[in-house]
Order: sequence, then structure tokens, then C-alpha cells
Amino acid sequence: MPPVLELKTITKRFPGVLANDRIDLSLERGEIHALLGENGAGKTTLMNILYGLYQPDEGEIFINGRQVQIHSPTDAINAGIGMVHQHFMLIPVFTVTENVMLGSESLKMGGILDRRAATERIRQISSAYGLEVDPDDYVRDLPVGVQQRVEIIKLLYREADILILDEPTAVLTPQEADELFKIMHSLTERGKSIIFITHKLREVLDIADRITVIRRGKVVGSTTPKQANQSKLAAMMVGREVDLSVHKRAFTPGADVLTVQNLKVGDDRGQIAVDDVSFTVRAGEVLGIAGVQGNGQTELVEALTGLRPALDGSVRLLNEDVTRANPRRITELGTAHIPEDRQRDGLVLSFPVADNLVLNTYYQRPFSKGAVLQQATIAKVAEERVNSFDIRTPSVDTSAASLSGGNQQKVIVARELSRPVKLVVASQPTRGLDVGSIEYIHGRLIESRDNGGAVLLVSSELDEIMQLSDRIAVIYRGKIVDVLSAQDASKEKVGLLMAGVVRTATAKKASLGVKPKPKAKASSKTKTSARKAAQKKKTSRAAKTTRRRKDS
Amino acid sequence: MSTLSPTMKSSAEYTGGGRRRVMGVVFLALAAAIWLLFARTTQGEMVTTFTLNPGGSQANFPNLEFITLPVLQAIAFVCALLGGYQLVRGFGTRTNAILGLVAALFIFAFLSWVASGTSLNLAGLLRATLIRAVPITLGALSGILCERAGVVNIAIEGMMLTGAMVAAIFGSLYGLWVGLLAGVLAGALLAVVHAIFSIKYKTDQIVSGTVINIFSIGMSSFISAKYLAANRQLNNPGIFPDIQIPGLAEIPFIGPILFSHNVFFFSMLLFLALLHFGLFFTRWGLRLRSVGEHPKAADTLGINVFKTRYMAVILGGMMAGFGGAYFTLGSVGRFDDVMTAGRGFIGLAAMIFGNWNPFGAFGAGLLFGFADMLAARLAILGVRVASEFLLMAPYIATMIVLAGVVGRGQAPAADGQPYEKEGH
Repeated sequence: MPPVLELKTITKRFPGVLANDRIDLSLERGEIHALLGENGAGKTTLMNILYGLYQPDEGEIFINGRQVQIHSPTDAINAGIGMVHQHFMLIPVFTVTENVMLGSESLKMGGILDRRAATERIRQISSAYGLEVDPDDYVRDLPVGVQQRVEIIKLLYREADILILDEPTAVLTPQEADELFKIMHSLTERGKSIIFITHKLREVLDIADRITVIRRGKVVGSTTPKQANQSKLAAMMVGREVDLSVHKRAFTPGADVLTVQNLKVGDDRGQIAVDDVSFTVRAGEVLGIAGVQGNGQTELVEALTGLRPALDGSVRLLNEDVTRANPRRITELGTAHIPEDRQRDGLVLSFPVADNLVLNTYYQRPFSKGAVLQQATIAKVAEERVNSFDIRTPSVDTSAASLSGGNQQKVIVARELSRPVKLVVASQPTRGLDVGSIEYIHGRLIESRDNGGAVLLVSSELDEIMQLSDRIAVIYRGKIVDVLSAQDASKEKVGLLMAGVVRTATAKKASLGVKPKPKAKASSKTKTSARKAAQKKKTSRAAKTTRRRKDS
Repeated sequence: MSTLSPTMKSSAEYTGGGRRRVMGVVFLALAAAIWLLFARTTQGEMVTTFTLNPGGSQANFPNLEFITLPVLQAIAFVCALLGGYQLVRGFGTRTNAILGLVAALFIFAFLSWVASGTSLNLAGLLRATLIRAVPITLGALSGILCERAGVVNIAIEGMMLTGAMVAAIFGSLYGLWVGLLAGVLAGALLAVVHAIFSIKYKTDQIVSGTVINIFSIGMSSFISAKYLAANRQLNNPGIFPDIQIPGLAEIPFIGPILFSHNVFFFSMLLFLALLHFGLFFTRWGLRLRSVGEHPKAADTLGINVFKTRYMAVILGGMMAGFGGAYFTLGSVGRFDDVMTAGRGFIGLAAMIFGNWNPFGAFGAGLLFGFADMLAARLAILGVRVASEFLLMAPYIATMIVLAGVVGRGQAPAADGQPYEKEGH
């Protein structure tokens, strides 16, 4: 029997880049085939070619032994290929049913939507594969894990046999990821084949049947989980030996640097995003804030760095009240900020690297005298920083936009850490970066800590939090649900907290330096957590129905 | 399945209290306004007379007469009661309906006050409100068609103006129906221009719209001055006659208000229902909305984003052209310079006010139509308030409602964003 899918010598050139260089890949029926590679290695390009979003310059695609031409997603869908994109392709204001049926609608009387028939089919699919979801829910009300199930249902609704999952675990908690893996197995048991794109080594070893590693657009090797281990895979991905562990000095915390008390922050829609949060970060310590994306981390960081006004509570930096201070004052007091969205908030993309390297100090001597910028000095200092931070750029006059993600992040890190700082606020500092850059940036953060700086690390990558942090605070729905010391924290425990499932009473004690406001309440909460969860579900349903009524 | 319970610090929960209070205060303020502005300035024995037959109708219905003061006081009292209840308990999901009720009571109180000591043709006012709402609603429907598909169209004003002129010329030459068709096609033609600019060339859609508006004003004024003024026979199409719906038109009071109109009014109702049904219950509408919300998602499901947007914008232009033809063929009977007088823009406001929903837009259109009608009538009535201020009042109220009470609308997520296809 021929393989379900076979790609032969697929080549794709973008201006100046060879994104895919004669890639061969085959997929057997019922197989989970992991496509491993760093960001920018060409995995997504390859899959976009398979899904008809890009046209290959060379190469052939065979499905069940027959050659096919895929010019558009419609062709791909007809050929039985379905793709869950890294960024979900769901419409928040549509219901699950509407999202699933869009493009291949159930109809009655010519053009009228037959929602009932579609809902029925979704129910069948969801019970057959264990994909629990309510077809009448609006997608905007669903947690990310459930949204992903909707994406998978979309493919099954179109009777896809080849499922492409592009970085499916990037937005999930560890528990949600385990859930996804179960679903993937139940899919392959029923004869579906899966291409699983990722850069996470552990997951590949856990779930894949076969592994193909891509580097710089080329297949560098194929292996199976039995023959491989993490460091072997990492070396294949990066092309050299990588040190995956983080070396840091013993934990000797000093004085409080950042003290946050009862902080409340609203989001853009006026809802409370950070709800009564208190914590401290001490000198010589990394406090990791773990949490699934969108639980208030963005707003918290923006409030701490003066980009978003606090509604209530206080923020103190080295005994100065900075609750309502502007960003420049906070910067001048010794805060370094590595923002979540490096392209939007970290750099002025159209400016040259040199200017980006002095964005926080350009108005001070020696970079300006009076109102006049000292270009020569700026260029000289930029050269030094480019060298000492290993930023790969043709010159300091190159615009920041043309650098790779890793090098862009290094520009930010160079700018923020090239002056004496007391506090480093790093938000998702390694998101989307290659292993080499991650290694480097982790090293720099730990260096700050070892030199007596306080580091607040906000990340949704649990591995990163576990590796770097001395203490771990877990944020869920805008509240710090627990603070654990690094020794007490296990991946499972933190993962459950991130999902909002448990709050442990013992861990409460470990929350050094944190003063929960209503003390009596905190202890009673643990006992009644089960009941509360049930209640929450009920109120959420009520809220949902009122909202639905409003919409109609 | 613990992950299934979504983040439920819902907006209703959090902002609900604030909104409830604001609404309560608004109700109370309206009650106070009725009391202070109207009741206090009315003499005890003054009588309000409302005529319930619009002019020229055969149906006969007795006048509504009452002593003004107690009625005003009663209305103020009811509004205050509703406001108090809203402040203390809140009407919850029915708040918007109650807001509508209070607004209606306020308007009734205002009219009673205006008519105290004289008589006012209530049926005529309502009929005029409906008629004035026609072009505004048609403009709003045009906007909904475009923006639901993700293309901002501020050129509705220009499309209407051009449609009005073309309809007048062709109507004069070949008859009313040909004129109407020509107006619709003129709107479609401008829409093609807008669509090519904003979909194919990804020009800023506001700029493209503005250019079309300026072009339309200049072109129509030029043609009007150069040709229409000299050749009167080119600008004399006449107007569509009123259609009496058999049976229904004879119902007293309601009949003449609702069932005796020209083709534009009934078409508007038809389009309203069709568009609502089309948008929310058909494949056509689902795809159109998906393109306006998340074009990339639609693209990955094999929906042609560009084609869908072209279709929507051109249909929108046809709707605007139809609305334009109303001015010459449904209302005035000839083309005058800049005769649309901002109705296209007000239509856009109605679209936003109505939250991009056809019936919401119609409701807003009625409100603006009422304001428009007052502008025409109050001068004649000789009201004791500076008429300029009265003309402003409904718009000021609208702004307050838009800004504070109704809350932020839900514009289509990809509204105004050109779609860029990757990798080709």
C-alpha cells in the first residue's frame, strides 16, 4: 500500500531565502509524524504548500499514490487534507456550529443554513472522537483548549484523512496538551494520519511515531522516539551540541526590589484583568509568573512598566511609589523591560539597529547634547553592543525589521541590560525563538540575577519557568492563585494551577513575602473549591444565556 | 472538563452595575426634564389636541384631546418610577426596551407640550417620520452590506447623490422605472470604483470614499448647472405615486401611516427583511460576515475573500443608488444641487447606532428621521424654544446615548482592513 501522503523534492524560494530545499516527506496511514525544527526552519512553509496557501517552485505531491495538484485550500480540502493553524482560524462572534460549517455549509431549500443538521453532525463527531464541545457556544467564550477542539472538528467535518497540526501545544496548559495527545491517538486509531509540527523536544518523544527534523529548509534526518533522545534531537535541530540546562548560583535573595500590593488593572474593554494581585520580587531572585496566555499577564506587565494605569493598589520599586509613574520614570529608576510583543512594543522596526539600541537613553549624555543627537557616539556604542551581545546584523545601520526574531530580541536585551538595572521585567522573552537564542537570553537573565538584580519572568512556557525561577507565582483569571518555591513546584502541580483546577493550602505557606488580603477567606476557599467550581460553571452558563439574548 | 468553564468575569457582570446606574440617572433626568421644562411652563387649563388623520386621507378618526398638565405630570411620574426601579433593582436584559419606552414617553410629552393650546397632526408627524427614515435606512443598509464584508464605505453619500441625479435624468427621458434602474446602476458603478481601489489596490478606504464623495458633488453640480438648468425637460421625472395597500390602508390612524406610501417605502421594508434574513440565515450571509470578521479564516476554508467583498460592495452601491433615487423619484420630483444633504452620512451613523444590524439600523433611522421631520415642522409651528436648539436636541441625545448608554458597538473585526493574500 502506498503511503497516505508523499512529498517529493518540494522546493520553495522567497526573495533571498530558500525556505524549502528539496524536501521529501512521507506519511503512513494511522501515523503521527512529527516535523521538528526551529522557528524559520521552513516547517510552516512546507505545510502551507501542502494546504494550498503557497505554490511550490518545484516538487510533487502524492496522495494514496496518486499525484495531485493543490492550488488552493479548496483543493487541499477536497484531497482530504485539513490543517489546524498555529493562530486559530476561528471567528469569535460565530457559534461553534457556524465556525465548523463555514465553507461547507449544510443547506436546505437552496441557500438557507440548516443549523440543526450541522449541529447534529458536530455532536456525532465530538462523541466519536472524544472532542467535547457545545455546538451552540460562541467561540469567543471558549477557552483556548476547547477552541482547538473546534479546529479539529472543522477538519473532521470535512472528512479530512490527513491532519496537519501546526504548533498545537503552544497555547495549551500541560493538562490541555495531554488531553490533545489523547485526542490525537483516538484519531490515529480510527485511521487518520497526523503531521505534528513542533519545536518542543519532549512532546515529540512522547507522541510521535516518526520524527523528521528540518533545518534551514532541508531535511537533516529522520528518526523514531526509540532511537532518539532530547539532546540528540536538539543537536539535529540546531546543527551543534546544545546545553539544555541552566546553570545558576545558589539562591541568596536580598532586599525587596519590587513590591506589588492589591493591584487591580483593567483591560482594553474595561473588564478587570488583574484582580487584587500582591507579590514581591527580591534582589538576586527570579520570580516566574506562570499562566496560560490571556490570564492578565499582559496587563500586569503593562501596569508595572507604566504603560497602563492601575485601577487600585500600589506598586513600589525600591521604596519609591511608582503606581502611577510614567514609563520613563520607571526606566530611570532602574527597570529593564523586555516586552511581550517585540515587534510592536520592543522595537521601532523601521529604525536602524543603532537607534533601537539607545531608545531608552537617547536623550541623555553622551547620546545627546542639548537637543542634538550625537550620531557618532550612538554608532560607536551600538557597534560595541552588537559585538558583546552577539547580534547578527550586516551593520548597525540596518533596519531592525530585517533582522531575524532571535536577533531582534537580542537588540532589545542589549538595550535593556546594558545599563545598571535593579529590576528586569521579561515578558515571554523567548517566544518563537530558536534554541540558540533561547540559550543565550536565558543566560543573560540568569546573569542579571546572579549579579544581584531582581527578575520578573512572565512566560507561558512552563519549561522556561521551571528552569529559571527561584519562586513561581501562578496567575489564573487575573489572580495569583498560588506562589510556590522552586523545590516545591512540580510540573504537574503548576500545570493544574494554571488550569485553575486546584489551589493547595500547603503551598500558601511557601508564598514568602506575599500578604493575601483577606486571610480568613483564603483558607476557606480551599475547602469549598469543588463547590465553587460547580457554582462558577452555573453562573457562567447564566451569563452566557443573557449574553446570547442580548446578541439576538 | 474543568477547562470548559470559560472566563466568566463577564462584561455584563463587571460593567453592569455602572451601566445600570447610568441608565437610571438618564431616566430620572428625562423625568426631571419633562417636569421642569414642560409641565412647569404649562398653564393648568391648556388643552392639547392631536389630529389623528394625516392630511388628504379619507379615513376618519376622532381627534385626541386632553388637558396638558396632568398628562405631563403623569408621564414625568412614570419616567421617575422607571428610573427609580432601574437604579435600585435594574431591568436587566430588558433595559434597552425600557430605554425605548422612556424615550417614546419623553417625545410624547414634548409633543403634547408643543401642541398645548393648539393642535398638532400626530398622524402626519408619524407618517413624515417614516418617510424621512427611508433614505437614512437605505443608506444604513448599504453601509451594513459593505462593512459586514469588511469594507468601510463612507462614499454612500456620494453614491446617493449620483444615483439621485442619474435617476432624475433617465427618469425624465425614459420614465420612472428606467430612472430608478439607472440610479441603482450609477450607485453600482461608483461602488465598483470603490471596490477596485480598496480591495484590489488596498488604498485607504476612507480616502477612496472621500474622493468618491467629492467627485460626486462636483460632477453632479457641474452637470446640473451646465445641462439641467438649461434643459428643464431633462430634470422633470415626476414622482412615484403612493400605493394604497387594499384593505390595510383603510384602517383608521394606522392605515394612512403605514400602508399608504410609494414604492421606496415598501421596498425599504422588503430590503430590511431580506437583508436580515440573508445575513443571518443563509450561506450567502454566513460567508459575507466571515469575510468581514476574519478573512484569513474564510480563505483557509476555500471562500474567495476578494469575490465576496466585491459582491458586497457592489450590492451596497446599488442600495445607495436606490436610496439616492428616492430623493428625485420618490420625494422632490427633480434634482437639486447637493440635495442628499448628508443623509448618507447619517445613514452610516444609523448603521453604527444599530450595531451593524438591519433592524437596529432601521430603529436608529426612525430616530434620525424623527429629528429630520422636526427640523422641517417646528419652524412652522412656532415653538417657544429657539428652533436651532430643538434641531440639535435629538442629535445631542443620540451622541449621549451612543457614547455612554448603549456601550461600544460590535463592529466587524476586519472592518476597513484590506485582505492580503500570502505567498503568491
